[in-house]
Amino acid sequence: METLNGVIAANGLITAFAVVGITVWFSYMISRHFTAGRIHGSAIAIIVGLAAAWWAGTVTGGSRGVADITLLAGIGLMGGGMMRDFGIVATGFGVQLSELKKAGMVGVISIFAGVIVSFVVGAVVAIAFGYYDAESITTIGAGAVTYIVGPVTGTAIGASSDVIALSVAAGVVKAILVMVGTPMVAKYIGLNNPQSAMVFGGLMGTTSGVAGGLAATDPRLVPYGAMTATFYTGIGCLMGPSVLYFIVRALA
Amino acid sequence: MIIYGVALLSACLLTGLFIGELLGQILGVQANVGGVGIAMLLLVLASGSERFKPLTTGASGTGIHFWSGMYIPIVVAMSASQNVVAAVDGGMLALLAGVGAVVVSFALVPVLSKLGPQSAPLPPLETETTANAKAGV
Repeated sequence: METLNGVIAANGLITAFAVVGITVWFSYMISRHFTAGRIHGSAIAIIVGLAAAWWAGTVTGGSRGVADITLLAGIGLMGGGMMRDFGIVATGFGVQLSELKKAGMVGVISIFAGVIVSFVVGAVVAIAFGYYDAESITTIGAGAVTYIVGPVTGTAIGASSDVIALSVAAGVVKAILVMVGTPMVAKYIGLNNPQSAMVFGGLMGTTSGVAGGLAATDPRLVPYGAMTATFYTGIGCLMGPSVLYFIVRALA
Repeated sequence: MIIYGVALLSACLLTGLFIGELLGQILGVQANVGGVGIAMLLLVLASGSERFKPLTTGASGTGIHFWSGMYIPIVVAMSASQNVVAAVDGGMLALLAGVGAVVVSFALVPVLSKLGPQSAPLPPLETETTANAKAGV
């Protein structure tokens, strides 16, 4: 047992791959068998991760979730800023500039409108809950954009870890709601053609939410929504720690 | 070679982060301004350009695809290393921010869809069951 612990602890990142892999497999199984695919496996995996981090936090009293458990320290490396940024940039692969041009001005407008609208809603809620410093308001607003933009923005402008966690939680709530809610509202918002799917992807932005929500509505719409949604997080990461932060700082 | 694609990805991220740091200094903020976003745009430009084709197609491309596929697992690991205990105290905030953002965004879909050229609705799917089967994958 001690030997096994030694091997696990000495190979942290490899252990993280195995543990996260099992978590994702388990989550997709739950998604398939208990929600009939309505809640996307990735959303469940993220919830499992957040739950594990909550459990680890209460046990260890630390602030880095399961990464504070010696045997799972590699999760901290795998989920750290370096790997996260690397993964995000890679998702931009395969998006063609010509495809974005085809989406036209409306697609571009919807991306900016989506980022700004979600940010404002998140920021207003943050203020309503008594956060008055520009860093916290911006980070929570960015979290309402997506659960990636929140931590990227928060880390860049130096928000506290608990505010960053809040922003992730807000982004996860959004992603889950888009997955579950899209099939229900699709016919009321005219989501039945490629053009509205592109607008939808741009406005919602949360890639897993859009992919899951459109797949449950009409699988043929997925690539159109994903095309604009893929840009959303990049634009959000660009605007969050810059323009949006400056505006909030000037107003706060 | 797989490493060529991975190296291109790395070069994009490092260049983007470097530009982001410079922008931060120019703007006078203690922040990396849009480094990740710039890196992403660089990769999109590279993957659309003829010159970088050897680095983004074939085996080299699979090096980038691999990391694209690792995105969700990395996000899972990220969520597992967050300070959730501190966030749980503000659970209502996260819920309201998320729900609010989605409701307002849903409402804007038909508004913005009217701005551009209209495309015809897709023909209805064959049957309810095949739709569910596809959606359930």
